[in-house]
Amino acid sequence: MNAIVFSAVWGILMMFSGVFVKSKATPKYLAIAGIILLLVVNGMELYTGQALFNIDTKDMLRVNSFNLTFLEVVFGATALFFMLSGRDVEKVGEHVGEYFALMFFVLCGVALSATYNTLLLLFIGIEIISIPLYILTGSDKRNLKSNEAGLKYFLMGSFSTGILLMGIAFIYGGNSNASFYINNIQLGLGAMPVMISIGLVFLLIALSFKVSAAPFHFWTPDVYDGAPTVFTSFMSTIVKVASFFAFIRLFENAFGQVQPQWQKLIVFITLATLLIGNITAVFQQSVKRMLAYSSIAQAGFMLLALFALNDRAKEGLVLYSAAYSLATIGIFAILIKMNDLTIDGFNGMGKTQPVLAATATVFLLSLTGIPLTAGFQSKFLMLMAAVENGHQFWLVIAAVLFAAISAYYYFRVLQAIWFKEAGETPVIEAGEIRSSFKLLLVITAVLIIVLGIYPELLLGWLYH
Amino acid sequence: MDIKAYLALSLTLFTIGIIGVLVRRNAIIVFMCIELMLNSVNLLLVAFSKMHAASTAAKASLTFASDAQIFVFFIMIVAAAEVSVGLAIIVMMYRNTHSIDVNFLNRLKN
Repeated sequence: MNAIVFSAVWGILMMFSGVFVKSKATPKYLAIAGIILLLVVNGMELYTGQALFNIDTKDMLRVNSFNLTFLEVVFGATALFFMLSGRDVEKVGEHVGEYFALMFFVLCGVALSATYNTLLLLFIGIEIISIPLYILTGSDKRNLKSNEAGLKYFLMGSFSTGILLMGIAFIYGGNSNASFYINNIQLGLGAMPVMISIGLVFLLIALSFKVSAAPFHFWTPDVYDGAPTVFTSFMSTIVKVASFFAFIRLFENAFGQVQPQWQKLIVFITLATLLIGNITAVFQQSVKRMLAYSSIAQAGFMLLALFALNDRAKEGLVLYSAAYSLATIGIFAILIKMNDLTIDGFNGMGKTQPVLAATATVFLLSLTGIPLTAGFQSKFLMLMAAVENGHQFWLVIAAVLFAAISAYYYFRVLQAIWFKEAGETPVIEAGEIRSSFKLLLVITAVLIIVLGIYPELLLGWLYH
Repeated sequence: MDIKAYLALSLTLFTIGIIGVLVRRNAIIVFMCIELMLNSVNLLLVAFSKMHAASTAAKASLTFASDAQIFVFFIMIVAAAEVSVGLAIIVMMYRNTHSIDVNFLNRLKN
């Protein structure tokens, strides 16, 4: 509740900062202040269980420790993103204040789509996330690739919105309670009514589009590749995990009772996502594009939470969001500074930039899921949740095998960093890297390792 | 009229929209097809709302099923927001390439 109000208000404030503040560096500090405010007010709500404003939402929003913890993770990741990459946002274009304003609006959408209890707010939350992102994707106005990514994202995004709405309309039509509340849908006793099942499939397709699960992933690599790299970092982490949370919240609360009837669809989508994401990532030369495919592959792992749908899966989802966001934001923060975005661009980084190389190693190991990192713990929780679910055991085995494949393309970068000689051009211009940047990277890496050893530091809040 | 007639009409419109998105190459027309999809949903929601109101009129008041009609307004507002952003993106692309052909969008593939 707090988060929704404050992020919207701060977004408007940031918009005006574009008018009144002349200096280009100021919006970044305003944004960092805003995100810390969000962390504090959301943390207060999580700690005391009481929102600052007493708004009667007619039960359209439901707040509990689970989604507040998730929001805290998202805001924490955003804070790190602002601090690590804030200076690169300034380089995208003239309107720095507006970029940050749009990101705050996205956060407002994230907060809505994490706490909704009706299909109306699901739709509005997802749209508030999407519309600012279309602008951010196309924000590099002179660059054709950015234009193309913006248009493609916009067309695909609104297409999936149309499908989402059709699903909602069918659910409403088939629901004899005539309500949009997700916990008030009449699913029928034996078999589901036809209209509800049509609606369910439409919703599944639309939300798979949003989280870029195969076979609805085809827009992802192009959009992530074409968007300015800072915004790719934002989109592929914060927005992606938020869409996942909305996805799982819907299917748990609305259709959780009839899970056996739609579980096979999820098995198919999970398997296809893992397969396509991992296999295609192997063949990429550009690290940015490789990370786009790897984000599809990681989405496959997060889909295991949707497959399992038990308490363990919830823990896994929150930890996975934290681990994946931290590692990806970190690796992107380094990537933005680099001269050459291909794998060869990393050659010899271990000798010239030892701190960056060491932290990049931690991030990549965490993405692979090597023990002692948060990535391992979160993958482990996901697999355990899927085993506890008791069906389709072979899916777990397949997921482990695909995780092994993912080691190949992450380790190729590591090989370039540590075992190859540097080329003519420097990996990173020496003036680019400040010591505060290095310090933040080290903090991120330490956070990943701490979460890998003591995941209960985060997961304890779920039961607060 | 029977609900089936509304269902058929709005599904027809929706299908025309989907086919248009998949087949047409002009960005503006693709965009119009998306709008067609959204508006077919509006029609369906209003029809369902009347259907529910008729079936539950005996036990509850008529306002019971009006949620869907409010929903339609939200869809209209969101569609308007999408139009403003989408047309801006299309204009931006036109300025750089002097074309609004979606086929043009294949440079990222390699």
